[in-house]
Amino acid sequence: MHRELRSHIISLLNAETRLDGRKLTEYRKPINVEHGVVKTAEGSARVKIGETDVIVGVKLEVGEPYPDTPNEGTIIVGAELLPLSNPDFELGPPGIEAIELARVVDRGIRESKAIDFKKLCIEKGEKIWMVIIDICPINDAGNLFDVSSLAALAALKDTKFPAYEDGKVDYKTKTSRKLELEKTPIAVTVIKIGDRFIVDPDIEEEKVIDSRLTVSSMEDGTLCALQKGGDYPLTMEDIDKMLDIGIEKAKELRKHL
Amino acid sequence: MSKIIVKDKEISVPGETLAIGMDTLPGAGTYREGERIVANRLGLVMIDGRTIKLIPLSGRYIPKTGDTIICKVIDVGFNGWRLDTNSAYSAMMSLKDATSEFIARGANLTQYYDLGDYIVCKIVNVTSQKLIDVSMKGPGLRKLKGGRVIEVDPNKVPRIIGKQGSMVIMIKDATKCSITVGQNGLIWIDGEPMNELLAIQTIRKIEKESHLSGLTDKIKEFLEKKK
Repeated sequence: MHRELRSHIISLLNAETRLDGRKLTEYRKPINVEHGVVKTAEGSARVKIGETDVIVGVKLEVGEPYPDTPNEGTIIVGAELLPLSNPDFELGPPGIEAIELARVVDRGIRESKAIDFKKLCIEKGEKIWMVIIDICPINDAGNLFDVSSLAALAALKDTKFPAYEDGKVDYKTKTSRKLELEKTPIAVTVIKIGDRFIVDPDIEEEKVIDSRLTVSSMEDGTLCALQKGGDYPLTMEDIDKMLDIGIEKAKELRKHL
Repeated sequence: MSKIIVKDKEISVPGETLAIGMDTLPGAGTYREGERIVANRLGLVMIDGRTIKLIPLSGRYIPKTGDTIICKVIDVGFNGWRLDTNSAYSAMMSLKDATSEFIARGANLTQYYDLGDYIVCKIVNVTSQKLIDVSMKGPGLRKLKGGRVIEVDPNKVPRIIGKQGSMVIMIKDATKCSITVGQNGLIWIDGEPMNELLAIQTIRKIEKESHLSGLTDKIKEFLEKKK
């Protein structure tokens, strides 16, 4: 489908440059993180990397715990790919892309143990806080994975609990109690095109990827989640190289948080 | 006697009455409603004798017979190709207009033009229902190999080309890139990576500053500084 574009991009990559003149492992600029953009949400953030623009809102609800974890709260991540953000997106129930996006963000936060679920317990076996994270791309100019997970983390950092009394939540009054984040898992998607590795693909590069690996890592470089995508397999050496790039680049992104 | 309400080179908005009376004639971008001539779109008013026309300032490409455009193949059928013209209407290219080569009956048409390929073609006919027929027969009409395609505002295409192609020739000389500009706002560029970027930067600059006078000198200066 995109043979000409692909061969053009590969020839650029072999010359150590890309369609927009960036280096292979360079993020677009500016990287912009804005907290508290949605008044009605308990926490929110808007993150822009280059032209890509994502708003994430966090809602806190009181619910019942799962029977196997009576003293733990939970998180629910949802993503809706709005047709407004990319002409290829369609209205309707979430498709495979939206589900994957939500799950990659979910996995990064859940498996890094960034949120202590035990602290979300109100009453054991009866009531817990549910953290609902909604991802809403405003403009998809490529690399929704990294931008969304950065925005989700920024929104969680911004989250304050609403007042809660006698089983009722008063969303109008916010308390000063913050949602504690123990870790900051940052997702970096490393792309393989031909035999080259790049980060932060733009919309054209996303059309011609061979494979991608989303690497979520913490401050000390510990891995917490991986997600492989794309049609082509990866060798062990490929994965090693991609992990190195992913962890290295996460340090850079973390500074913007 | 009819009355022209607007002045020459004034900006008009859709629905604005431009003139009253049957003596004046509606040109491109305007229509007649009873006695009045009304603007169809946002544009600059041009009064040319008895006709009033608009030069559009915004909006998508509207196909016109004789335009050379860059299209993307979106479907391969039994007797031709369907093309995306970067407008609201898709174009059809039949087998006989596609190539001067002999195409055997039942041949695999994707070996000529495949899905996703970009081609330069000419509009030979646009019906009142906006069905577009294009042809590949003519000088410079071909399939685009290598390079990249960028999108610009179709209303700015005349400025990017310049008088008798002066602007685009200047960019070609300065960047050593091959450039083909389609009337529909798609531009194909092929060259050395850094030169390609410079060409794109220049085109974006023209797009942004197209309304300013002395644009050619400004672009010349810009290109010399970047070299």
